[in-house]
Amino acid sequence: MSQELAKQADDKTLFGFWVYILTDCVVFACLFATFAVLRFNTFGGPGAEELFSLPFVFVETMLLLTSSFVCGLAILAARAKNKKQTLILLAVTFVLGLAFVGMEISEFSNLVHEGNSWQRSAFLSSFFTLVGTHGLHITVGLVWILTMGWLIYRRGLERNIIRKLLLFSLFWHFLDIVWIFIFTIVYLLGATL
Amino acid sequence: MRRKYELIISAVLALVVILAALLYFSNANIDVLNPQGFIADKQRDLIVISVLLMLIVIIPVYIMLFTFGWKYRATNKKAKYTPNADSSVLAETIWWVVPIIIISILSVMIWTSSHDLDPSRPLSSDKKPINIQVVALQWKWLFIYPDQKIATVNYVRFPEKTPIKFDITSDAPMNSFWIPSLGGQIYAMSGMSTQLNLIASQTGSYRGSSANISGKGFSGMKFTARSTAQSDFDSWTKRVKSTGKPLSDGTYRALAQPSKNDPVSYYRLADNNLYDKVILKYVAPPSGMEGMDH
Amino acid sequence: MFGRLTVEALIHDPIVTGAQVTMVLGALFVIGLLFYTKRWKWLWKEWLTSLDPKKIGVMYIIVALIMLIRGFADAGMMRLQQALAAGDAHGFLTSDHFQQIFTAHGTIMIFFVAMGLMFGLINLVIPLQIGSRDVAFPFLNSVSFWLFVAGMILVNLSLVLGEMAATGWLAYPPLSELAYSPGVGVDYWIWSIQIAGIGSLLSGVNFLVTIIKMRAPGMTLMKMPLFTWSVLNAMLLVIFAFPILTVTLALLALDRTMGMHFFTSTAGGNPMMYINLIWAWGHPEVYILVLPAFGIFSEVVSTFTGKRLFGYKSMVFALCAIAVLSYLVWLHHFFTMGAGGNVNAFFGIMTAVIAVPTGVKVFNWLFTMRRGRIHFTSPMIWFFGFVTTFTIGGATGVLLSVPAIDFQVHNSLFLVAHFHNMIIGGVVFGYFAGLTYWFPKIFGFKLNERLGKYGAYSWIIGFLFAFIPLYILGLMGATRRLDHYDASIGWQGLFVVAGIGVMIIGVGVLFQVLQLVVSIRDRKKNIDTTGDPWDGRTLEWSTASPAPHYNFTITPEITSRDAWWEQKHSKVTETPKYRDIYMPKNSGMGLFIAAFSFLGSFAVIWHIWWLVPISVLAVIALVIYRTTNDDSEYRISAAKLAKLEEREVGT
Repeated sequence: MSQELAKQADDKTLFGFWVYILTDCVVFACLFATFAVLRFNTFGGPGAEELFSLPFVFVETMLLLTSSFVCGLAILAARAKNKKQTLILLAVTFVLGLAFVGMEISEFSNLVHEGNSWQRSAFLSSFFTLVGTHGLHITVGLVWILTMGWLIYRRGLERNIIRKLLLFSLFWHFLDIVWIFIFTIVYLLGATL
Repeated sequence: MRRKYELIISAVLALVVILAALLYFSNANIDVLNPQGFIADKQRDLIVISVLLMLIVIIPVYIMLFTFGWKYRATNKKAKYTPNADSSVLAETIWWVVPIIIISILSVMIWTSSHDLDPSRPLSSDKKPINIQVVALQWKWLFIYPDQKIATVNYVRFPEKTPIKFDITSDAPMNSFWIPSLGGQIYAMSGMSTQLNLIASQTGSYRGSSANISGKGFSGMKFTARSTAQSDFDSWTKRVKSTGKPLSDGTYRALAQPSKNDPVSYYRLADNNLYDKVILKYVAPPSGMEGMDH
Repeated sequence: MFGRLTVEALIHDPIVTGAQVTMVLGALFVIGLLFYTKRWKWLWKEWLTSLDPKKIGVMYIIVALIMLIRGFADAGMMRLQQALAAGDAHGFLTSDHFQQIFTAHGTIMIFFVAMGLMFGLINLVIPLQIGSRDVAFPFLNSVSFWLFVAGMILVNLSLVLGEMAATGWLAYPPLSELAYSPGVGVDYWIWSIQIAGIGSLLSGVNFLVTIIKMRAPGMTLMKMPLFTWSVLNAMLLVIFAFPILTVTLALLALDRTMGMHFFTSTAGGNPMMYINLIWAWGHPEVYILVLPAFGIFSEVVSTFTGKRLFGYKSMVFALCAIAVLSYLVWLHHFFTMGAGGNVNAFFGIMTAVIAVPTGVKVFNWLFTMRRGRIHFTSPMIWFFGFVTTFTIGGATGVLLSVPAIDFQVHNSLFLVAHFHNMIIGGVVFGYFAGLTYWFPKIFGFKLNERLGKYGAYSWIIGFLFAFIPLYILGLMGATRRLDHYDASIGWQGLFVVAGIGVMIIGVGVLFQVLQLVVSIRDRKKNIDTTGDPWDGRTLEWSTASPAPHYNFTITPEITSRDAWWEQKHSKVTETPKYRDIYMPKNSGMGLFIAAFSFLGSFAVIWHIWWLVPISVLAVIALVIYRTTNDDSEYRISAAKLAKLEEREVGT
């Protein structure tokens, strides 16, 4: 395929992905809104200040921020056509993301074991759904890293593959930003309000 | 060509004639346009004024549609043809500005009427308003008179020319409480109380119903609203109080069971806080649950 | 093993059984026909796996028209029930069945008829109209279509297995919550529109990118045809509105299947939040449907009057204004919730303001007709029907925008008449005009004009008979969704007239079916050899009819609005310079992805839990397989293109 057509393909794919991220922003906006509405509807159950541990969530946040940073480095390495370095950095991104998901799952299972599951109150329903949706996105991202790693390993850093990698990094950074909002609105404000 | 138009015009005329005849012969009453109280009266006036305002736009549209359609038909070669004319500052200014003016007038009406006719706004009157609490059940209406200490099902009575303050809630899916002859509706929602203030300008019997789908018995969720003279009302409340069954927690629970097309029935209020209890049930957990996690 | 799915799900009363049998026989008939004519392979290769937007568009329209018949049958049953069930007569339907019917009617008409026709027309026309060979993401387009089909099958399956929701087409909680609707009906409703809605969302992204990034060189935004402009606005609305629908449905599903408490009456749930969210999607949705219809009428009026569109800039500005305003009015669907004077007044005024740009559009169309040469083809008849009825609907819409008036007519048949006025008079008439207008471009022959006009007249007259009585009934205090009423209140006569109206519309539908049959029979007589049967103005008329799968042999260069009209009249002919082009290969993956989405949804509806992870994993695997496979295009060489073009000219 000619250079010009490839550029056109890059162009529209990237734009299309931005539009997709926009739609995902709307999804999270709705979830944040429902959380805000149901925030104090604990129906006699525990509220945010009793449930969340800030140090724990801080570690989660650091994991995700670092993974985002490493992901950025991976893109730089890919641009420099350094296959080995790209793969290693992607592996680090993956491990950090996996650790984040692991911590989230343990937080969730603790809550459920203490009798504070999503069935307990509207507040908890909205908490689990908002944070869980983010976690689900991260999990999708992890699967994506695996396929990217496999693709790079098999086919090297072709133009198509770098494009896909770029989309992935957009996705990963986007999730990072969403997490910052979750950290602030759900956990920080939850602990202080 | 001509025959087709004749056909269409006669079809539309036929529709008008049929509708007029139906309305005339069926003794039908167009409740909303035949108001029986202050609120419905104002709402009817708003409808009429808005329609007149709209006609300022609608009439020119119809005239232009059909005159242009006739004059510039392709077979009429005498008519002027300007294939490239595509704008006119004057014309466009007119049809931006005129609708904006109309809508501005309407906006003022919207603003003032939204406040004046807000359902929760008490009506001014020299008479003391009567309080009626309304509970939408599956599928019937329970009316509680907290001051008279009585309650009724699917029937509500009030004195004429007296402001009525309805407090409305639901112990069922969402309903909407509507007596078109007296004025607009408001939703009945569980766990909260909405207000509707109405007044009847004379004695009479009006149809009321639920306007929002609430399950299988929804169509039967209708009631009669009766406005009577004050003395009739007073003697009626006394009668109900002496002959009605007591409405306690237990009878209420039985009443709240789903049932369709319930007959009118009368109760003596045994529990003064019934209405609040119905609301509270949805707002806070039953007291047993509270201590569970602490 | 099969969750709550048991043999009892198949057992219904005789009326439903009749519908079941008809549907199953219909499906068997089609399958049998395919075996008999040995068309399976053809169907698979030419249609089901095709990524050509024109073919996908045709499939959308076929599905939508079949669903129109289904939705219309529902409407007929409702009208018959209401014409009969006064006083001691109780009609022929039970309350429960009646409520399922109106839920199905609304759901099907909006999601599977109107949306289907809209995306069908967009697929057919947009790439051609912007001088592009394809959409931005052809494979994604096929996924969207098949998700739409999967949703359509689910909603119809509810008739055969189990039940449909009996909650109204927007399934307000708490009625739609487990406590009041424990059956599978609401779950069918949720999942059928959830997957169809995700399909629509993907289409929205796809066509937005197509219009922004794939216009022919020279076509600046202000040189875009009005239909393209309207679709651009509609797609922007899709992108912001449909994610809200996705979330809202997901939350309701979580309530019902995971025991959460978003919208329950107890445990702190907030049903009003659902009503807010669903209308934050629902109101823009109305404009998503009607804007493309406005676009169609702009093309139709300008073409059939042989004139440039009057006030192009005003038209574009009005479209954008409507699109923005449509997000600021959702609360007018529930003034009666009692939000208070200030809130109600704000949303009332915003709603009334929408009448301004809409009115401006009407005047611009009228002035396009002025000093033109109006050819009364059937698209123009639809246009006349549109203006006459839509104006009434607009006026009643302004009435409803006044909160104090709304309190008196909300949820009454007045409201029902109003939105049918907008959706039939605006959307449906517009799409029918578009179908007639663009039909020759896709199939190479025109539709029969005489039968088309009979159809249009029947629809317009039938519409008036069916809905003017509903306006009056609403003012008489008749609420919507009643399966029975007292005989003494004098409603029956009007309900009978409305029923007659629906019958007249039914005659219109019959004329349209006949029109299709007769047109196919006489296709040789109505053949379009020029590619430009209506003396059109925009690019789609510059290529052959039917358009080749690559749309244009040479990418056109645009210098002005009404590009094709200018080109026709400038008489400058250049010798074509052919270049290699790349077109997407066929792919069945979209169909498979949708099939597993269907299976997963079905499993959740019936609580067949083991099937859920299998379906989800299958979808993920298919997506990975497809996105990692870059060998998805094939080349048509310049030489071959030249040869194809010669043959085209030769015939």
